Amino acid sequence: MISYNIAERGVRALNERLHKLGRDTNERHFLVRDPRGAHAIAVGVDQPVLIEIEGHVGFYCGGMNNGAEIVVRGHAGPGVAENMMKGSLRVTGNASQAAGATGNGGLLVIEGDASSRCGISMKGIDIVVGGSVGHMSAFMAQAGCLAICGDAGEALGDSIYEARLYVAGRVTSLGADCIEKEMTPHHLDKLARLLERARINADPRRFRRYGSARKLYNFDIDNADAY
Amino acid sequence: MTHDIPRTTPRKSATFDDYTLSEIRRAAVTGIYDIRGAGAKRKLPHFDDLLFLGASISRYPLEGYREKCGTGVTIGARFAKRPIELKIPITIAGMSFGSLSAEAKEALGRGATLAGTSTTTGDGGMTPEERGHSKILVYQYLPSRYGMNPDDLRRADAIEVVVGQGAKPGGGGMLLGQKISERVAAMRCLPAGIDQRSACRHPDWTGPDDLEIKILELREITDWEKPIYVKVGGARPYYDTALAVKSGADCVVVDGMQGGTAATQEVFIEHVGQPTLACIRPAVQALKELGMHRKVQLIVSGGIRSGADVAKALALGADAVSIGTAALVALGDNDPALEAEYNALGTTAGAYDDWHEGRDPAGITTQDPRLSKRLDPMRAGRRLANLLKVMTLETQTIARACGKSHVHNLEPEDLVALTVEAAAMARVPLAGTDWIPGQGSRQ
Repeated sequence: MISYNIAERGVRALNERLHKLGRDTNERHFLVRDPRGAHAIAVGVDQPVLIEIEGHVGFYCGGMNNGAEIVVRGHAGPGVAENMMKGSLRVTGNASQAAGATGNGGLLVIEGDASSRCGISMKGIDIVVGGSVGHMSAFMAQAGCLAICGDAGEALGDSIYEARLYVAGRVTSLGADCIEKEMTPHHLDKLARLLERARINADPRRFRRYGSARKLYNFDIDNADAY
Repeated sequence: MTHDIPRTTPRKSATFDDYTLSEIRRAAVTGIYDIRGAGAKRKLPHFDDLLFLGASISRYPLEGYREKCGTGVTIGARFAKRPIELKIPITIAGMSFGSLSAEAKEALGRGATLAGTSTTTGDGGMTPEERGHSKILVYQYLPSRYGMNPDDLRRADAIEVVVGQGAKPGGGGMLLGQKISERVAAMRCLPAGIDQRSACRHPDWTGPDDLEIKILELREITDWEKPIYVKVGGARPYYDTALAVKSGADCVVVDGMQGGTAATQEVFIEHVGQPTLACIRPAVQALKELGMHRKVQLIVSGGIRSGADVAKALALGADAVSIGTAALVALGDNDPALEAEYNALGTTAGAYDDWHEGRDPAGITTQDPRLSKRLDPMRAGRRLANLLKVMTLETQTIARACGKSHVHNLEPEDLVALTVEAAAMARVPLAGTDWIPGQGSRQ
C-alpha cells in the first residue's frame, strides 16, 4: 500500500503518479490522507487500482475514472465521479450536487444523501444513493440506473431519455416526460442485483420504478406546455 | 368617372415586409418556430465598414514579395506544457459530426492540416476520421458531454470549454431526428431518430468560480499538457473574457452573432447576441486591463470571409480568427452548380440554410450516405487549404502595406471606419475625422 498525504504533497503529485501507472503495475493500493476538501483528487485514473481517501473531498473527485476502485471515507463535493467510464466510487458520507453527472459506466455509491441534480445527463453509469436526493435529479438522464433508497426532490427525471429510476421513498414531483412505470419481475431482479453490487441493504420490493413517457422525443407544438 | 381617379402605387409595409409575412404564414400553418442553420443574415455593422490606411510619409511599407511578414501563432503558453503552434492565424471552428457528414469532417481536417492550422470537434464527440486527418485537433467540452471520454481528451491537442456560441448565446445544440443516424445516436448515447436538444448549461458547474475548478480538473486529467480554451458567444465580451482569464483559460474564443450554427431557431440567431465587430475591442480591453493581452490568446469568429476580415480582426487585437461558414463554402456548400437541386428543396444556391433537414445536395450537412459520398474529402480538403492560404496571403498583403513584419503588429491605428456605428464598435476614428464616438478624438 502506498500512502499519500495531500496536505503535504498536493493533488498534482498524486494524480501524476496515478496516471503513470502501467497495466502491469505492482502499485495496486493507494491510501490518500488529509485531503482537506481538495478538488480533482484521483481524476482520470486508467488502471484498476484501489484508492482509499480518508476524509472529505472537494469538486470532481474521481472525475472520468476509467477503471479504479475509489472509496471516499467522508463527504464529497460537487460532481463526484463525473463522466466516470468504468470502475467504482463509493462515498461513505453525503455528496453535493451533480454526483455522477454524465457518467458513462461504472458504479457510484453514496451511502448518505446526494444533493440536487444527482445523475444529471447520466449515460450508462449506475448510481445507488443510500439516502435521499435533491431536486432535478436524473435531469436529461440518457442511460443507466439511479436507485434512491430515500426520497427524491422536485422534478425527478425531467426530460429523461432511457435511464431507469428506482425510488423507495417519496417523490416530491416528477419532471417533464417522466412517469411511473410497472415494476416487473425483470426490473425487480435488476434492482436487487444492483443493490447487492452496491452493498446497500434495502428491500427492492419497497421501490417504485420511473422512466420516460417518450412523448417529448420528437417536437410537437401541442406539447409545448411541458417544456 | 371613378376609373379616371389617379391611384397611389401599391405600397408594401416596411414593418410587414415579404419575409415577415411569409414567416407569419409559415408559423400559422406549421405551429413550430423556424429552425435553420448558419448565422445572422440581417445587415450588421461588420468588417466591411472598416478600411486600412496603408503606408504614407510617416509609415513605410514592406516589400510585398521580399520582406518577411510572419503569420505564426502560439496558443496556450500561459499554463500548458504543450502549447500549439499554428502556421497561420486562421483556425477551423467547432462543427459536430452529426451536423456534418464524416466526409465533411475529414475534409476539414485535411484542409486545416495542409494549411498548418487546427480544426475543432463539436457537439457529438471525436471521430477517428477527424482525429486521423487533423494534425492539430481542438476537442470541445460541451454541456451535453456527448461522446466525452478521457482517452479522446488525451488524444486532443487542446481542449475548448464551450460556454456559448455566437449564433445562440444561452442556447444548447439542436440536432433533429432526420440526422440522428445509428452511428450518431450511438456516439451520443441517445435513441436513433429523436429530436436531440442539448443542454445549454454545463451539468456540473455554474459560474466563474466553478469554471476555475472545472479547468483545474481538465488540466489534472491531462497532466497540464493541453492548452485550454474557453469559448463564449458574443453576449458580454468584456466580462466574459475577464472571467475566462480569471478562471485560468489559456485562450478565449469570442464568437459574434454572424457565427454559424447547424440548427437553431431563427428568432435566436437573429435577435440574441452582438455583432462580431462589437465584441473584439471589449474583449481586448479586458485582456489589457488584466495584463494578459498576447499572453492569453484571443480568437475571434463570426462572419470571417477573407484576408481583409482577418487583418481587421487582428488589428483590433485578436491573435487569430476561426472560420466555419466560409470553410463549408470552400468544401462546396451552396455551390451554384447544384442550383437545380436547391430549387427542388424550395431554395436557391447562396440561400440554402436548412442544414438541419439532412438533405444537403453538397453532401456536407447530412448523414444520408447517398448524399455524403458525393463529397470527396481529399478534393474538398484541398479547396479549404487553398482558401486558407489565400486568406493568409491577403492578410500579409495588408500587413505589409501597413509596414508590419508580423500580422500581429497590425493595430487599431491602422484603421478608420466608414460609419459612425462601426467607429463606435471598433473604437477607431470615422474616416476623414479624428472622432471616435464615445471616446473623444484619437489624440
